[in-house]
Order: sequence, then C-alpha cells, then structure tokens
Amino acid sequence: MSGWTKHSGQAVALPFHNIDTDQLIPSRFMSTPRSEGYGRFLLHDLRRDESGSEHPHFPLNRHKDTSIVVAGRNFGSGSSREAAVYALVDAGIRAVFAPSFGDIFSGNAVNNGLLPALIQDADFELLLRALGDASRPAHVCLDARHISIDGTTIGFQIDPGRRTKLINGWDDIDLTMQHAAAIGQHKRRLDSHAPWVRPVTERTGS
Amino acid sequence: MTAPRALLDRLWSAHEIVLREDGSSLLWVDRHLVHEGSHHAFAKLAARKASVAEPELTFAVVDHYAPTRERDKGLAPQIAYMIDTLRKNAANHGLKLFDLRDPGQGIVHVVGPEQGLTLPGLLINCGDSHTSTHGAFGALAFGIGATEVAHVLATQTIWQKKPAAMRISIDGELGPGVSAKDIALNWIARLGADGAQGHAIEYAGSAVRSLSMEGRMTLCNLSIEGGARFGMIAPDETTFAYVKGRAHAPRGLAWEAALNDWSELASDEDAEFDRDIHLDGSEIAPTVTWGTSPEHAIPVTSTIPDPETLANGKAQAVRDALDYMGLPAGHPIQGTPVDQVFIGSCTNGRIEDLRHAAAVLSGRRAKVSGLVSPGSALVKTQAEQEGLDRIFIDAGLEWAASGCSMCVGMNGDLVEPGKRCASSTNRNFRGRQGPGALTHLMSPAMVAAAAVTGTITDVRPLLKGRAI
Ligand code: SF4
Repeated sequence: MSGWTKHSGQAVALPFHNIDTDQLIPSRFMSTPRSEGYGRFLLHDLRRDESGSEHPHFPLNRHKDTSIVVAGRNFGSGSSREAAVYALVDAGIRAVFAPSFGDIFSGNAVNNGLLPALIQDADFELLLRALGDASRPAHVCLDARHISIDGTTIGFQIDPGRRTKLINGWDDIDLTMQHAAAIGQHKRRLDSHAPWVRPVTERTGS
Repeated sequence: MTAPRALLDRLWSAHEIVLREDGSSLLWVDRHLVHEGSHHAFAKLAARKASVAEPELTFAVVDHYAPTRERDKGLAPQIAYMIDTLRKNAANHGLKLFDLRDPGQGIVHVVGPEQGLTLPGLLINCGDSHTSTHGAFGALAFGIGATEVAHVLATQTIWQKKPAAMRISIDGELGPGVSAKDIALNWIARLGADGAQGHAIEYAGSAVRSLSMEGRMTLCNLSIEGGARFGMIAPDETTFAYVKGRAHAPRGLAWEAALNDWSELASDEDAEFDRDIHLDGSEIAPTVTWGTSPEHAIPVTSTIPDPETLANGKAQAVRDALDYMGLPAGHPIQGTPVDQVFIGSCTNGRIEDLRHAAAVLSGRRAKVSGLVSPGSALVKTQAEQEGLDRIFIDAGLEWAASGCSMCVGMNGDLVEPGKRCASSTNRNFRGRQGPGALTHLMSPAMVAAAAVTGTITDVRPLLKGRAI
C-alpha cells in the first residue's frame, strides 16, 4: 500500500446516518476473490433496483468520478467486514468525512489507505450545504488535516498514529516484527507464570 | 498506593507488550477464532508467504455459510467453495477446525465459550464484530478486520489503542419475560447506535450479576450495536461454574492457578469510569425494534415514532426507516402482522434462549412459519434431550441444524423481499436478512409470542402460569 498526503478529487454528499457495512457491501458478494474487484458492489442495494438497474437519482450513480464522500453519523457501523472498505477503495473512494464512524471500520479503512475523517456535526451541515446534490471539486490535506470545497475549508480529526500510517503507507506486520524480542519475552513469561492460559488440546493431553 | 483500576486496566496491562508513542499498544492474543469469512486474511498471509505464528491458539469454525437444512448434498457452489477454502487453510496451517460434522460445530461465539476456549482474563480476537460476546467471561474480546486477522495470524499480536472506560450498571429486578436482550436494546435506544463508540463497556449491577452466562453473553454480544467494540463483565461463581470441565478449559493444578488469577479480575470499588450509565432493570419492558438500526427500539407497549413530532435532523431518518419498514407513524407497534419468525444467532441461539421460546410455544401452534437454528450442535443435542425440538416442531416451526443461518443469510436461509420477520438476531439493517427483508429484533420469548399470534405481541400475558 502506498501512502499519500494530498488528494484532489470530486466530492459528493450521502446525507444519511447509519450507513452500515451491510449497506456498503451486501453479504452475498463477500465470497468474491479480491482480485476480481469490489467496486461494483459498493452500496449495491441502495444504488440498484431488483433487476439490477441503477436508480438515476442516487448520488454515486449521477457522479461516477467521486473520490470523496461526505456522509452522516455512524458511517461503517456494524459488521467487521473489511470488504466494505474494499468496495469503497475499488470504486475509487479515497476519503470519507462523517461525524462518527464504526470503530472497526475506521481501522480497516486506514489499513487500506482510505481516510476516515472525523468532522464536527456543524461542519457536516456546512459541507452538506456546500455540496447540495452536486459533485464539487475538493482538496484534502492530511498534513494540515483539512478539506476545502469551493472555498469552504474545514478541519477534520484523525488519530495521529493512523494519520502517520496513511501518510507512510505502512504495513503493521513489518512494524510488529521489529518487536519480535519483546513478543517472545511476553510469551515465555506467560508460559511460566500463567500455565492455564494455553488451551488444553489433544496434543497437550491433560 | 496505586491508583484504583478498572477491569479494563487490569486486562489491558496484562496483555500489553509495547506501548507506542502515539498511544497504540501491541497486545498479545491468547485465542484467535477464524471462520469462512476469514478467507481474505488467509489470502494476505499467502501473499506474504507467511505462516501462522501460533497454530495451537487459533481455532477455525464453519458457521457463516453452514447449511442448516441439507448438509450433505446440493450445496450451492459458492457455499461449498467458502467452506472448502476454510478447510484448506486450516489444514495448511495446522489449525483445529470445527467442521460441519464435528459435534462441536456451531457459531463461533457460541463454540468458543462452550468448548472452554473462552476463559476469564484472556484476550480473544475474531474477524467478526460480535466477538464482544466473549467479554461476558471477563475477557478482553473484540472484533477485527481482515488485515488485522492476517496480522494476528502472522504475529499472535494486535495493535490497538486503549478505549475509554464506560460502565453501564443495571440494578433492580427484571420483570417476568424480560431478558438481557431487552436490557441491551434499551441502552442502545437511549445512547444511540454510536453511543458507546470509542469505549469499552463494563456491565455491572445486581441485574447483571443475576444473569446466567447465556444472558451475559447476549448483553456483551450486543455492545457492538451501540458502537462499543468491547463489552465485559467481571467473572464470578456463575462464570467459573460455566467454564469448569469444558473440553479445552484448564484442569487440575492449572485450574487452581486460574481461579487464583481470575479472582483479581474486577474493577476496584473506587475505579473511575469516563462514563457511568445507570438503568433500572425493573422499568425495562419487553422491547422490539421498529426501524433499520438497533437504536430504533421501543417497549412493545409503545407507539411507532411519528416524524412530524421530531426535529428536522431526526425526522428524515425516521421517515426513511418507516418507509423501508412499511409501518404507519404514530400507531401502536403491538399488533403489527409478521410473515415469519427466526430463532437463532450468536445473540440468542443458546440453550436458555431456546428454553425461553419453548416455554411460550409449548402446547401452542404458530400462526406463521418459522425457523429455529440452535447456536451450536451441542445446543441442538441438549435441546433435543430436553424435548424442546418437539415443542418447536409441534408448534409448526422448522427445527434445523446450527449456523449463522438467517441472521445474515449467507447460507441461503433468507427472508424474501418485503417479508416481515420477528427475529432473535442482532441487526435490523436494511437487507441484512436478505434483500428487501423487514426485520424486527426482539428476545426469543418475544419471537415465540409473535409466532403464536402472528403479530408483534407482548409476551407477558402468554407467560401467565408458565415458568420461564
Ligand atoms: S450469528 Fe450473525 S452476528 Fe453472529 S457471527 Fe453469525 S452472522 Fe455474525
């Protein structure tokens, strides 16, 4: 995964609260290998009718070049399915701005280079007004932690550790391996001090 | 003098290996549970040519795609593929697998506790948001995404920022027909579906102490529906009695050592919580959802909200939800006709849940069709020994094998578009039980009441003269 600090793209509003990960990707698509691409599944059942035709009024159907989304509170709540992030990322989305996010979703987002940017309720209203139902050019800066849309600039929050990770495109496994000695020590201490922690298995017998 | 500590602090410091400058902790993972949905994580592992660091601490379960009707033949190719992929990954990495025919098969959050894999004081991860269930034992248990699952597989550790501590105390006695499900829906309705975001919840109070382990698991399970990744309850005699003698639980001297360590697992009396919430258990009524988020919950005796009476910001969300659910604003929720019922899931698919539903259904016929899927094969066997299966079948409901089933519909157990289902599950999200499905969450006893009357009904009159 490559890191990034600035992104310019088209922003649209999805002015709904509680867009859960079951909406972001319905479960029936989740057995698809990632290599086949998840973009077409994004918000599938909200965007399409039963026959699979797109609802012409849905914001993401009207504006196919969207890379920044402004959404209501509790975005990405519910199921831990990282496939919800794959659907966003594969559809070209780089940043989501919302007053609150599902905790597991935000972690998954950062692990895939997608920015979950936390904004104030009042700023959410401000961005909604700035966007209306149009698509507007926007500029996101991770360093300065702000987004500008048509001359409206507002700040956002992101956990500093997560921001560093997004900027550098770091992979946690590589970082963790640097702590191998401390991990080994912890494990040995457990084995000697808390013999009950290891599960009793056929292999360990009694 | 050391500062007073909460249960969260004790569990956290026992697992912390490294504390990074940005506040993230590297934590040791004592148990890692995987299921068919973990295929993305195994693919990531394969892409790095990495192996599983601690195969003996990793357990695989077939649940999300497990067929609950015909187990042997005619599996849809996609379902067979998902189960086979898990089998291959488990075999390649030497993981113990609870396969379809294993007597211990079931939903991952039912299997862990039942097998004694879930213990007080452990850190437990699973690539599933309802991992908070295991916190009922006084464990640090939380759901993770696929990249994190790959990380745990490769390193047996997880990076996590310590959440803020929140306590929800429930005192007072629960009324007849009121259960842990009702407690959970009540606090979520009060605080909102994101009300506990960024917090680890510790449930306390006399009503929580009186809950069985099954009830405690239901309560902790639903923490995530209020936005909390962690829910926990300090272990006590109820916990120890449940764990003792389970297949993978410590025995002999290790059991004594465990009991000794577990006796420390509580919050100090003067521990500080970032948020402290109180509920009176005696005021909680059987509760149902009317909308498309678990926060859309009301007492069954109450009326469906009316957007006209709400402020603008809230009115639109309520209007959208009622529109999807096809419900009239301002009418009593009781009497709403349902098309079918479902009893099962990691929230309410345990033996006590089935007993509650059976207490209502015994000697009665269901007016609508319904499916009962026990949370595990062991629960199924026990229910059959107690004759509960007969009660369900005699009532006209279908008695099926265990799995996630209609909670998420991945195995093909779906609610048809536009059909209304009274369900003992955890998510009434749009389309969760199938595209266009209309879900009303409630306790298993309330689902049974809906089956008997064909409508959303207060279970309490139906329980008169019956023990639950
Ligand atoms: S029963 Fe439902 S909520 Fe529980 S693990 Fe299965 S799909 Fe998830």
